[in-house]
Amino acid sequence: MAKLKNLEDFRDEIDQCVKCGCCRAHCPVFGAEKHEGRVARGKIALADALLSDDVEMEDRFLLDMSQCLLCGSCYAQCPNKVHTEDIVAATRREIAGRKGLSTFGKGVGIVLKNQGLMNLLAKGGGVFSKLLFKKVPDQSGLRLRFPAPFISSDRTLPPLTAKPFRERHAEIIPGDTGKPTVLFFTGCGINYMYPDSGEALLKALKFIGVTVLIPKAQVCCGVPAVSAGAANTVESLAEENLAVFKQHNYDYIITACASCHSGLSQIYPGMGEEFNEYRDKIKDIFVFLVEQGFAEKLAALPKVEKPIRVTYHDPCHLRNHGISKEPREILKALPQVDYVEMEAAGTCCGLGGTYSVYHYDTSKKIGAKKAGFIQESGAELVATDCPGCILQLQDSINHAGGRQRAVHILDLVAEVLPD
Amino acid sequence: MLNTEFIAKLREIVGKEHVETDKADLICYSYDATQRKFLPDVVVHPGTPQEISRIMQLVNEHKIPVFPRGAGSGFTGGSLPTKGGMVLVMTRLDRILEIDEENLVATVEPGVVTEQFQQAVEKVGLFYPPDPASLKFSTLGGNVAECAGGPRCVKYGVTKDYILGLEVVTPTGDIIKTGGQTMKGVVGYDLTKLMCGSEGTLAVITKIIIKLLPLPEAKKTMLILFDSIDGAAQAVSAIIRGKIIPTTLEFMDGRTIDCVRQATDLQVPDDAQAVLIIEVDGDREFLAKQVGKISEIIKPLGVVETRVAETPEESEALWQIRRSVSASLRKVNPDKFNEDICVPRSKVPEMIRKIDVIADRYDVPIVNFGHAGDGNIHVNVMIDSKIPGEQEKADKAIKEVFREALALGGTMSGEHGVGIMKAPFISMELTKTAIDYMKTIKKALDPNNILNPGKIFPSD
Ligand SMILES: Cc1cc2nc3c(=O)[nH]c(=O)nc-3n(C[C@H](O)[C@H](O)[C@H](O)COP(=O)(O)OP(=O)(O)OC[C@H]3O[C@@H](n4cnc5c(N)ncnc54)[C@H](O)[C@@H]3O)c2cc1C
Ligand code: SF4
Ligand code: SF4
Repeated sequence: MAKLKNLEDFRDEIDQCVKCGCCRAHCPVFGAEKHEGRVARGKIALADALLSDDVEMEDRFLLDMSQCLLCGSCYAQCPNKVHTEDIVAATRREIAGRKGLSTFGKGVGIVLKNQGLMNLLAKGGGVFSKLLFKKVPDQSGLRLRFPAPFISSDRTLPPLTAKPFRERHAEIIPGDTGKPTVLFFTGCGINYMYPDSGEALLKALKFIGVTVLIPKAQVCCGVPAVSAGAANTVESLAEENLAVFKQHNYDYIITACASCHSGLSQIYPGMGEEFNEYRDKIKDIFVFLVEQGFAEKLAALPKVEKPIRVTYHDPCHLRNHGISKEPREILKALPQVDYVEMEAAGTCCGLGGTYSVYHYDTSKKIGAKKAGFIQESGAELVATDCPGCILQLQDSINHAGGRQRAVHILDLVAEVLPD
Repeated sequence: MLNTEFIAKLREIVGKEHVETDKADLICYSYDATQRKFLPDVVVHPGTPQEISRIMQLVNEHKIPVFPRGAGSGFTGGSLPTKGGMVLVMTRLDRILEIDEENLVATVEPGVVTEQFQQAVEKVGLFYPPDPASLKFSTLGGNVAECAGGPRCVKYGVTKDYILGLEVVTPTGDIIKTGGQTMKGVVGYDLTKLMCGSEGTLAVITKIIIKLLPLPEAKKTMLILFDSIDGAAQAVSAIIRGKIIPTTLEFMDGRTIDCVRQATDLQVPDDAQAVLIIEVDGDREFLAKQVGKISEIIKPLGVVETRVAETPEESEALWQIRRSVSASLRKVNPDKFNEDICVPRSKVPEMIRKIDVIADRYDVPIVNFGHAGDGNIHVNVMIDSKIPGEQEKADKAIKEVFREALALGGTMSGEHGVGIMKAPFISMELTKTAIDYMKTIKKALDPNNILNPGKIFPSD
């Protein structure tokens, strides 16, 4: 049985924090809020206090625990490699366990449990259309990320697709013999909001003759539910996906979403031994493409005369797990791209699972910084490797009055490949 | 518990949202990098010097102790509310008020983060050299209050060498200015220097006037492996005798290298017993010459290998070895007691040998690294304090280290200050008369002993 760790299991990890304060330099929420309760060091002190019954789950405590993007930026720079993002997620589960799921912003609990909510969606005012949102299953992370009645009406959201990506394709798209077979874990973002990026992925894999499995039974990875502290949801989603992983034969599981990648490769293995054998099979699409010699193939294409200036945004959930070279390598190899590195490409966009639902203002502040760096880079497009980031980047650019567009790298790849 | 009238007044002064009494908030301002914990009764985030002035008047009326705090990255507990009372968080005062390119002077508020200030002045081709390893998060106010130093101090000096003047709120609530904008100034006592390193016990710093330098054109980094600590130490003296003052002269001893070898996959040859990281800065063409000269000077001193970085990335990789030390030490033993003694430069090898003897005598691993160029050695006593008896051994070893450092004409602390951690030991270094002199100053300025009490001086 898939089982997430309890806060109690993190005691040793909590003790590893030496209170040096390094995380103050790297936590995006602290950068915007400047309060010790918002930074990893403070949250660890609070989790510690909760374990020793030194603090109640009163409002300030809940606020501090909700003020975390689970981005792992603190972990990446922490001299003692303390996984604050896991400690905060476990604390949220503890809170949900003791006080009920709705504690962190009523949205979460209500959306998960209350079917009648659909009726409210119409009032959500041009956010998601009611009709289309029905297609999104109850447990999808999209519902946690964007519980319609609570979404600010000035947030830019892409329209939901009338026909989700997975419904468009057969479960097997055969490639050339002798080439690898991959299982495409689409994630909710591509399935419901950005199906074109999914199509682009298929085009790229077809180009190199890879066989693609797109099992219809796959479900949300569960990362937004981790963020919400919804332990049961995460565990049941993980089990459903595990059943899918077991059912098919393939060489790799491919993701084109940073959150899904971290869910499958980082969170699942902590939930039980049965997940371990899949850990090494999980590959980000660009890591896979680079290994398959795709960058050389792109570089061999004739260069476009007037290339577009493109910069790259590092999704936290890839950069903090050591993936930052490959997406850039593919971008730089594209014939229509004039690549430029922006300042602070590796800082968080500010979406953070369910974070932007409760803290849209702080999320906007974090996003505004990013929009500034994009602007300064002189790029027309900001490309990345995560639907969540794309959505947040576009929203931030729009708020800043910028003209740049946020796209998936795959969209650019598809432009130069034959149909 | 504080009375409600006091809290109400505080709210009136700084605004309701800047006064915190919830347990969660108190916990978040109860610790610093010493990992000690003391719960305050209230946390206040003032926004102006005038507010701080009114707070100081109020706390004197109510006799509530006040503990100024920057980033809480101190290693000696300077910001800890050891007697309860109020933590005064200075980070809302975080504006760079002026960078005067004509006079090479900047004025800042104390909550500005060190590195952010450095980046701002470097954008206009200027340079603020003091570089504590905590510069990405420490505040300039905390740097002044502790007189922070760093690797570049060999060539450029410490924080106090760059402070021209201050605006401070006195313990009784007056706002005064010390020093000024000019490079020279001898009217009255040099209160600016008195404030530098006063650890928040004499005044709350609210503005800092900083001297800047032109930014050197380039720098070059080299890493040299020696077969003995003596070779490395002689190299340091020889380089300086050769009339070269590098920007940094960092060293790591044999035990430190062992830790790095065990804990990381960095390649360090087996016969390397000491490492020097040397950086030089200045005009580009001048640097290659300096690197050549340094290599020449150190050649006969047991060099195992020399690596010179040609690009910023390579330089970064060399520094990575130095930076990996701290984390790799924890793999030796979970608890680290980090002291920062300083001895005359020429006495470094002798000091290291003495420390090795102490480590053997008390049977505790001690690893040493630090700033060889100015004799500032970070002495790390590594223990597992959960094992009975270990803590006592470490305490004895540390006391012994202080004694030896002082015997060699050194000091117990080069940069981290006294705070509460070294307070019990200061009479080893300072005479009673000198301590009384300092206490007299403190008492005259802070009659109610209200500003950061219990720091520097033992048991008051
Ligand atoms: C990983 C790490 C590396 C470090 N490396 C170095 C190093 O290389 N060199 C070095 O010198 N130190 C180093 N330190 C120690 C520490 O960072 C410095 O002492 C720093 O100057 C403290 O700044 P802070 O803003 O964190 O101050 P805090 O720790 O918050 O406070 C330090 C002292 O300053 C006082 N104070 C703070 N602000 C004010 C103010 N506005 N007015 C009056 N008093 C004030 C406090 O009361 C306290 O006594 C390191 C610390 C860490 C954790
Ligand atoms: S950087 Fe790591 S060890 Fe340091 S305070 Fe933050 S979480 Fe703790
Ligand atoms: S996970 Fe991200 S938001 Fe949360 S404490 Fe760490 S750096 Fe801050």
